[in-house]
Amino acid sequence: MSFPTRRKILKSLLFGGTAIAAPSAVFGAIYGRGEGMPWEPLKGQPPYYGTQEDRFFTPDEREAVAAICARLIPSDGDGPGAVEADVITFLDRQMAGFYGRGQHWYMKGPFLEGTATQGYQSEHPPAELYRHALAELDAYCRAQQEAGFAALSAAQQDEILKGMDDEEITFDPVSAKAFFDLILKNTIEGYFADPIYGGNRDMVAWHYVGFPGTRYDYRDFVGHNGARIDLPPVSLMGRPGWNSSE
Amino acid sequence: MKRLALITALCGASLVPAEAQELASSEVERGRYLTQAGDCKACHTDIDNDGIPFAGGRALKTPFGTIYSANLTPDDETGLGRWSREDFYNALNEGIDDEGRHLYPAMPYPYFTLMTRQQTDAIFAYLQSLEPVHVEEEENDLPFPLNIRMSVSGWKLLFFEDEEFVTDPDRSEAWNRGRFLVDGPLHCGGCHTGKNILGASKDDEYLRGGTLENWFAPNIRGGENGGIAHWSEDDIFEFLKYGRAKHTAPMQRMGEVVSISTQFLEGKDLRSVATYLKTLDDTARASEEAPETARMEAGEGLYFDNCAACHVADASGVPYFFAPLSTSNKLHAKDPSTAIRVILGGARAQPTETIPSMLAMPPFAWKLTDAQIADLLTYLRNTGDRQSGAVSAEAVAEMREYLAEEY
Amino acid sequence: MTKQLPKVDVVLVGFGWTGAIYAEKLTAAGMEVLALERGPWRDTPTDFATTFAQDELRYYWRHGMFQEASQSTVTFRNNGAQTALPMRHWGSFLPGNGVGGSGVHWNGQTYRFLPSDFVAKSHNEERYGPLPEGMTVQDYGVTYDELEPHFDYFEKICGISGTAGNLRGDIREGGNPFEGPRSDDYPNPPMQMTFSQDRFEASARDMGLNPFPVPSANMSRAYVNPLGMQLAPCTYCGFCEKHGCGNYSKSSPQTTIIPVLMKRENFTLRTDSEVLSVEKSPDDTRTTGVTYVDTSGEEFFQPAEVVVLCAYPLENARLMLLSDIGTPYDPQTGEGVVGKNYCYQVMSGATVFYDEEYTNGFVGAGALGMAVDEYNGDNFDHSGLGFIGGGYIACYTTNARPIESHPVPEGVPGWGSEWKQSVRANFLKTTNVGVHGASMAHRSNYLDLDPTYTDRHGRPLLRMTYDFTLNDRRLTAHLTPVAEEIARGMGGREVNVAERKGSYDSMPYQTTHNTGGTIMGTDPQMSVCNRYCQSWDLHNLFVAGAGLFPQNAGYNPTGTVAALAYWSVAAIIDQYMADPGPLVQA
Repeated sequence: MSFPTRRKILKSLLFGGTAIAAPSAVFGAIYGRGEGMPWEPLKGQPPYYGTQEDRFFTPDEREAVAAICARLIPSDGDGPGAVEADVITFLDRQMAGFYGRGQHWYMKGPFLEGTATQGYQSEHPPAELYRHALAELDAYCRAQQEAGFAALSAAQQDEILKGMDDEEITFDPVSAKAFFDLILKNTIEGYFADPIYGGNRDMVAWHYVGFPGTRYDYRDFVGHNGARIDLPPVSLMGRPGWNSSE
Repeated sequence: MKRLALITALCGASLVPAEAQELASSEVERGRYLTQAGDCKACHTDIDNDGIPFAGGRALKTPFGTIYSANLTPDDETGLGRWSREDFYNALNEGIDDEGRHLYPAMPYPYFTLMTRQQTDAIFAYLQSLEPVHVEEEENDLPFPLNIRMSVSGWKLLFFEDEEFVTDPDRSEAWNRGRFLVDGPLHCGGCHTGKNILGASKDDEYLRGGTLENWFAPNIRGGENGGIAHWSEDDIFEFLKYGRAKHTAPMQRMGEVVSISTQFLEGKDLRSVATYLKTLDDTARASEEAPETARMEAGEGLYFDNCAACHVADASGVPYFFAPLSTSNKLHAKDPSTAIRVILGGARAQPTETIPSMLAMPPFAWKLTDAQIADLLTYLRNTGDRQSGAVSAEAVAEMREYLAEEY
Repeated sequence: MTKQLPKVDVVLVGFGWTGAIYAEKLTAAGMEVLALERGPWRDTPTDFATTFAQDELRYYWRHGMFQEASQSTVTFRNNGAQTALPMRHWGSFLPGNGVGGSGVHWNGQTYRFLPSDFVAKSHNEERYGPLPEGMTVQDYGVTYDELEPHFDYFEKICGISGTAGNLRGDIREGGNPFEGPRSDDYPNPPMQMTFSQDRFEASARDMGLNPFPVPSANMSRAYVNPLGMQLAPCTYCGFCEKHGCGNYSKSSPQTTIIPVLMKRENFTLRTDSEVLSVEKSPDDTRTTGVTYVDTSGEEFFQPAEVVVLCAYPLENARLMLLSDIGTPYDPQTGEGVVGKNYCYQVMSGATVFYDEEYTNGFVGAGALGMAVDEYNGDNFDHSGLGFIGGGYIACYTTNARPIESHPVPEGVPGWGSEWKQSVRANFLKTTNVGVHGASMAHRSNYLDLDPTYTDRHGRPLLRMTYDFTLNDRRLTAHLTPVAEEIARGMGGREVNVAERKGSYDSMPYQTTHNTGGTIMGTDPQMSVCNRYCQSWDLHNLFVAGAGLFPQNAGYNPTGTVAALAYWSVAAIIDQYMADPGPLVQA
């Protein structure tokens, strides 16, 4: 008779006391038995956001994606667009990571075309869907306009994107609409997510809409009664005002 | 206090009553109580490695090297099995073991010497009632000449006095009992009194706070200008009994003390401790120089954005939950080590029989720079009506390095 | 090779709210309890500390604390004529994962179902005549009065903030006058409301309705629960639902129960341990324990005197089907019970856009809201309406997390300059009046095993066949205009109505209130469990969770889920342990 691997890193809290457990995610870990809640100084799961160097797109792909984002959230003189927010860097890093790989998604076949209510059914995880769709988009643009998407005028780009959104432009074998929906969603994510993920650079989008960011206490503002609350946004890694010398 | 009344009302059923054990007829019972008061289990159990209670082997880091605690169970070869009551009395009273060797003063016999023969006999009786455990002794890791036990005799000549507790007839019974507990079995000065270079308590720093293992055990004088001048006797009692007071909760080393020892002591004894501590006045600290405005401004922003979620925007905290910071004796201590350490590594309130919650402060080491933590502390130490001095980024950097090695 | 482990008294499959509740009571009664949790350990300072809990991308959009679809998901179709396809990532609902389960990332809206909700079939038939063909609504077999002490206890464990509307029959100003009689007031006063709730309250009062503060598991003040657990005051940070609470101010298994359990010698938790099946004795009268697998792929058999299914309802139903316990439901014949009466929630609402005033949605909390209950359950006369049930209508201010919450008025395109500028113009100036509608059971909505798709262990995924029913559509059509009318009385520039139209869509988030599949009742031919949540088939198997609901009511489920768990565990301790066997004779 034997127990499941008990990683004996679970140091005892002999007296419900001060120590310590850092069970690894491997195998089953055991808790309880009078040992109290595991806790150790310095330990935690701060955000993981890859590295600044994580890249998935080829230079051409990156250019095309940047151009798409720039039309979805334009730099129109009224506040920052996807360009100022550096959404492209966000997307590049996301596609290079677990999200782009569809690591947490159910990606077993068979793959069938679903109904409108069945959600994402592509056999490709997000990064691969981008890659295939961008190739199709490029071919489409070159066939229609003799230039890649990024080289087209804003009006031409808008027309193509609208065509994809309205399912008037379709690709084969990947769905232009599925790609459009995904890149729109991801672009909005990159525009508004915490700057640690690469987009929303300098919290430009939060400044623009008036979101105070990662603040965790508004007790003094609950009774605002419809008045504006002016607080500078804070990201997970702070804001300029945190530094006395710079 | 209403909140406490609530705690008491809700949790009364789960309280473990420490009913007048000093008066219990059984010597073993009295011994168990004194053993608990002396917190013997904490050092004499290898907590870090799942050790058996009282079987020793815990590595005690001192500024002079590592000492491993002794096996107190009645094992013939490795424990106290062959000890006599006399031997045990000598150990606690004079710091000498059964073979006449001097004990290192990591063992707080300079405090335990205040106990009577009757009391040490009771402790001995309790320890002898434990299941004997055979454990191989670890070699102490001490440099020459400290590894020679005779060197301790010189230390003793200088710093140790075998004294009996003397009752002060001008003071109340509670005060005398409190002083006996504080200076005897509870050995509060072991951490809370500053030490000289040879590790002996300095009389003029009595309970004014001391540094050990990169913690600063704060000033616990309760009279005028003392570190806990703003604590009431009830506050002290609640802290020791429930592990929660309006002002703070015990964490880390003090967490062990409350969890193993004080929460199980009689209310009357804990109140005596409070009575005594409240009579210890202190001299007012001179205000330190005001820090630069830029640091104060950055610190204020850091505080509001990072700390208010628990400690409240005006630093008033949530009594019994999250410490009010403006009056914190750790934050305003002359040595800010504990505050730096808690911000970097986080901290967790000690669960007790009454309050099993383990509210924790998260670590900020990954999030804030040395300069930011220094500015934050500088702001907190110099806002309001106190000027407790700036904290340098270097001090934070040193602690960061120490913690990285420790954990 | 399956390794055999030493026997324990009770094994709990899953360790969220119900697992913690069963474990606390069973260990207090002296039993040796083992909880098996598929996901990892989670705790406040390490997994959702104030230093990083407020990360919208990580926790919501990248599913930081939800079950990973790659581990297991469900297949979905709207009706039996379609081919169900896997939900490749979560959308409409978000099952939790890890210690604390969905109890870590819930909002904390903690209602009690109405007395009439527990007798939905008999009550409605008595008042309105026979239920229509195909509607498979049933009674719970347990009454509100029987559950009342357990509702009360859970509210004290959580420190619910609210105003009593019916204290021992005494109807009280400011509370919900329609609620069942309560034996005690809420342990904490209601939360402090914001501008939006004030406007909602005034508008609802003008309409002659009785608005009341939503019962909230976000603390209105510091609180110590009956187990000595400390809950801190809510700071209205706006990162509640889909996030863990970093400052101990939202009730969760971690903040209310788990630390107490972890100090008990007779409690053990194994994480990263996924139960594959519940095993049966050769004579099919008892369960002998469970088979589980850890992340090394090694399999173990854990024998137990009693097994309690405490996983999410969808997984409880799947485990019973995979383990061949009880008769699977057959929608053709209407016979069988496991997988029967899958229900959901029917949501709709109206968004108010202001010009001058700021609603400041970031000053919010998961259960910060005002509600009216005039249109819930059978609180109004349904004669001639063609449906039963209802829902509450409420104005919550939960967040302004910008990826999720950036409403724009109708007619504004979904991207481009106009969209961007409209997002900015309206971002801090909107609020919502929502209808939280019931979902009544129908013969055609059910759960079974998928014939095609399997999980990583090769076991069939659960298949969900679900669409809104005629009852749902009539219900939402009746209630949404009321929400709109309240919204129009709130003084905004314009109101956009979001009706619930078309088929159920599995992708946009609605609620994580999946119910049914392991329903309780009075008749073994019609239900999986008896009134004590005990399997009709295996007397030492108990089931927890919203899967027990024969149909869903117009409320958030957690309060009722918890009350049923306390009711059931009391029956185990007081009756079953003394005399193991069926607690109700079939």
